[in-house]
Amino acid sequence: MEKSRGRKVMKDKEEAVDDDPWWWLVHKGIAASFMCIAMFALLVRVAVSLHPYSGAGNPPKYGDFEAQRHWMEITLNLPVKEWYRNSTTNDLSYWGLDYPPLTAYQSYIHGLFLRFFHPESVSLFTSRGHESYFGKLLMRWTVLSSDALMFFPAVFYFVIVYYAGRPHGQKTDIAWHIAIMLLNPCLMLIDHGHFQYNCISLGLTVGAVAAVLSNKELVACFLFSLALNHKQMSAYFAPAFFSHLFGKCIRRQNPLLEVSKLGLVVLGTFALVWWPYLHSMEAFLSVLSRLAPFERGIYEDYVANFWCTTSVLIKWKRMFTTQSLKLLSLGATFSTCLPSMVQQIRAPSNQGFLYGLLNSAFSFYMFSFQVHEKSILLPLLPASLLALEEPFLLKWITFYALFSMFPLLCRDKLILPYVALSALFILIYHVPSGRQDRRERLSFNSFVTTLLMLCSVVLHIVYITMKPPNRYPFLFEAVIMCLCFSQFVVLSFYSNAKQWALKRTIFMDKEKKLV
Amino acid sequence: MGLQGATSMQYLLWFFGIATCVKLLLIPSYHSTDFEVHRNWLALTHSLPLSQWYSDETSPWTLDYPPFFAYFERILSIFANLIDPQIVHPQKGLNYSSNTVVSFQRITVILSDLCMLYGVYRLTKDLDSKRRTLIWVLVIWSPMLVIVDHVHFQYNGFLLGFLFISLSYLEEGRDLMGGFFFAVLLCFKHLFAVAAPVYFVYLLRHYCCGGLVRGLRRLSAMGAVVTAVFAAAYAPFVYQGQIQQVLRRMFPFGRGLCHAYWAPNFWVFYIILDKLLTFFLRKFGFAIPTPEASFTGGLVGDSSPFSILPQITPLTTFMIVLLALSPCLIKAWREPQPGMVTRWVAYAYTCGFLFGWHVHEKASLHFVIPLATIAVQNMDSARHYYLLSIVSSYSLFPLLFEVREYPIKVLLLLLYSIIMWLVFSAQFTDGQEAKATSPINKEAGRLELKGNGNVAAKKGGFVIRGIEKSYLVGLLVVEIWGQLLHSIFFGERLPFVPLMLISIYCGLGIVYSWIWQLRWIIRSPES
Repeated sequence: MEKSRGRKVMKDKEEAVDDDPWWWLVHKGIAASFMCIAMFALLVRVAVSLHPYSGAGNPPKYGDFEAQRHWMEITLNLPVKEWYRNSTTNDLSYWGLDYPPLTAYQSYIHGLFLRFFHPESVSLFTSRGHESYFGKLLMRWTVLSSDALMFFPAVFYFVIVYYAGRPHGQKTDIAWHIAIMLLNPCLMLIDHGHFQYNCISLGLTVGAVAAVLSNKELVACFLFSLALNHKQMSAYFAPAFFSHLFGKCIRRQNPLLEVSKLGLVVLGTFALVWWPYLHSMEAFLSVLSRLAPFERGIYEDYVANFWCTTSVLIKWKRMFTTQSLKLLSLGATFSTCLPSMVQQIRAPSNQGFLYGLLNSAFSFYMFSFQVHEKSILLPLLPASLLALEEPFLLKWITFYALFSMFPLLCRDKLILPYVALSALFILIYHVPSGRQDRRERLSFNSFVTTLLMLCSVVLHIVYITMKPPNRYPFLFEAVIMCLCFSQFVVLSFYSNAKQWALKRTIFMDKEKKLV
Repeated sequence: MGLQGATSMQYLLWFFGIATCVKLLLIPSYHSTDFEVHRNWLALTHSLPLSQWYSDETSPWTLDYPPFFAYFERILSIFANLIDPQIVHPQKGLNYSSNTVVSFQRITVILSDLCMLYGVYRLTKDLDSKRRTLIWVLVIWSPMLVIVDHVHFQYNGFLLGFLFISLSYLEEGRDLMGGFFFAVLLCFKHLFAVAAPVYFVYLLRHYCCGGLVRGLRRLSAMGAVVTAVFAAAYAPFVYQGQIQQVLRRMFPFGRGLCHAYWAPNFWVFYIILDKLLTFFLRKFGFAIPTPEASFTGGLVGDSSPFSILPQITPLTTFMIVLLALSPCLIKAWREPQPGMVTRWVAYAYTCGFLFGWHVHEKASLHFVIPLATIAVQNMDSARHYYLLSIVSSYSLFPLLFEVREYPIKVLLLLLYSIIMWLVFSAQFTDGQEAKATSPINKEAGRLELKGNGNVAAKKGGFVIRGIEKSYLVGLLVVEIWGQLLHSIFFGERLPFVPLMLISIYCGLGIVYSWIWQLRWIIRSPES
């Protein structure tokens, strides 16, 4: 009798394992599952890179692909000091470098790689608009390798750190989270379809986040400074990093020392990266002016942020000068990310930090100066890091981030990968699993969400098939933009509220401990 | 135990969905001349009357599949015509390669894979949920199908679906249906006929048994079904007086023993032996005449250009295949077990691949994919499948020779190796679990070789043995040689050596697999 009961218990346990159809993927541990998912993610990226890129076969300006290639050409053939300066050999009006020096160094290294295998593709002047089979391939491979060498290890580091503190995490959930992070459709479309190197700066940011979570603040500062120096857009995360680290430091024994240590690391990293331009004020300023293209106006194209959406009603560009718009947007950005910063300074916590990243990225996307559609990748990153806590938020923001980039991707002829990757995301998100307690704790009224989904699907079809009326040639873009903007607003309110709600639960925990 | 039917179907669809996304992304990848072949078949079945399907010579890519495939193309051509009439235009459509035609044809392949989906589902529906999940993973995500069907361009998934359906009926004991679907398959692609002897013997002994009268009645029933299928396929051509032309197209023995790229089979060793003998005998002063045709040059005509070893004719290869098949046929004759059918059929295709006339490397799909369905039965099969699938996927690498697809094929193979490793070590983690799952599936339990598989499972998890491991490492060496070292050492000289190395090295693996399968079949217990 005793024996049979024991066997029954064992059998129950076995069945609990059996019920998980993913046991084969996770039974060898996180590293093996990560390996497997990473291989698949790489395969998908290679497959995406078969498709066209921005400005393919479209002279005279081409697109981002040509810009990146041109930077390789410039950095490879000119001395460092000439990279950001207009000259007879470096025509800044033709895709002049407008990212910080780390991007330039990265272009230089990739340029070396290209020159080794295919010198014609990066030769000075003659290579403009170079689009040979092999040249294109090598360019694609530079993105792939950057992704595999920067973003993937960073995600692995994050997963290890993030789940080290929570032994109760289901292995299947971890695998799911890895897949969600590595198979983010927006990032793959922009990097491997449209052609950019967001994987590097985002990878550095993820690395910095992981370092923060594992209490290695100095490493975090170093990595985040590098991210900032690769793409200035990484500054979207700066308030969160600042407030969280500051909040942590002032709780230590010697706050001033702690803060200055971090400050020194940041300054040191910056000095290292900017070294070639620090010999004179003029050189420094000439680089700086390239990074802040205020003359391009407060918004471009149809980006689903505050300025562009409200410009349907309020003509910001006509009402204000660029100077006052600068101040206005600075003020708006700062004031909207203030609540989340205050929360982190008052009660820094790992979870709160991730929400803080999301909130500050959202407020920058909404209100900062010169935002591009592609910048939605930045709020998307912390959302994907939070995927297990906020699955619905992630789903919603991914859908609308994809949608907000749809006109751009249509121009790039990337509709097929857009569809395939969206389907892939939906499949992975809704992966069937034995358990029913799945995710979706938060969901809006299901009627509203269904209606919104339906609307966006119809809009997709309308956008592809129909011609807008002559009077409003950008009618559909504007409608898409408004829809996406409304969703982003809702989501950012939600995540701000969520971050503030966190504080209370933490205090409650503390009170419990005191009792 | 475990999952309900409906939810587990969900998994199958999910796996298929993931694969479909990758296939969609691969639409713009390289496609071989087979793409134009199939486009031409769309055009000629659409624009010509049936009587001219097999005699048209507008394009060099004439129709050489059996009639059902032609009908299949005819149906597809209706949709092709709706989407873009130029696809089905016999002259204007020649070498047409716009986005519409590429997307259209690629999507037909992706959709026709649904047939395989159903076949796999049918074949595995009575297994326990764990095993079933693993088989689905192994079959649906097979890199070979992706490489051959979705990059190179063919409809193998669709055809293998029919084979699976047929095998599933046989395993259920519904032999008439099994025979029917096999006949249908033969009318789609006659290369599958290699397994016909196995089918014949098995059906004769398993279906047409139980006394003379019952046996004869059943024999005539089976005969009627098969005849009906063949009549449906060929009768229109007989009526049009085209049957001879059809057969001439379907069996072009004018082609040589080996394809331009040697499939990794027995004949590779035969050729190499001949070359070596010639080389050494010449060294010793014998005057050996050089044969007119050469193997490295590509396609060769009727004559098999061997200098010393006996010439090979299609008849010889036919006899050797039959000879190799005979142990399996004897087994099937003496005791036709439904549980062994998949193995036997896979073995038949292995023999056909190894000894057949003008074998294409793609034909390894015909036995590797069915073997996937029995790979999780025991440790030994798993280990064998692990090696075989890596070798045969690797042997497909030369199909995609362009640089752009290089990362794709490598990643596909690596990904699949990792998945296989995870799957097999999950299935055979410890003796406890292997033992616990085996009685659930009586079919598999009965197939378990006495001791062999179970003992290995008890000893520890899924481990690749030393020889196999070093063989796989050797594969890496061959690849590095072909990609890098050969051009460093030899430059432009001897350009055929890397491909030849792949053939020889993979040939070793396939021969090993053949011996393994043969041994298994001979040693399988008779009750």
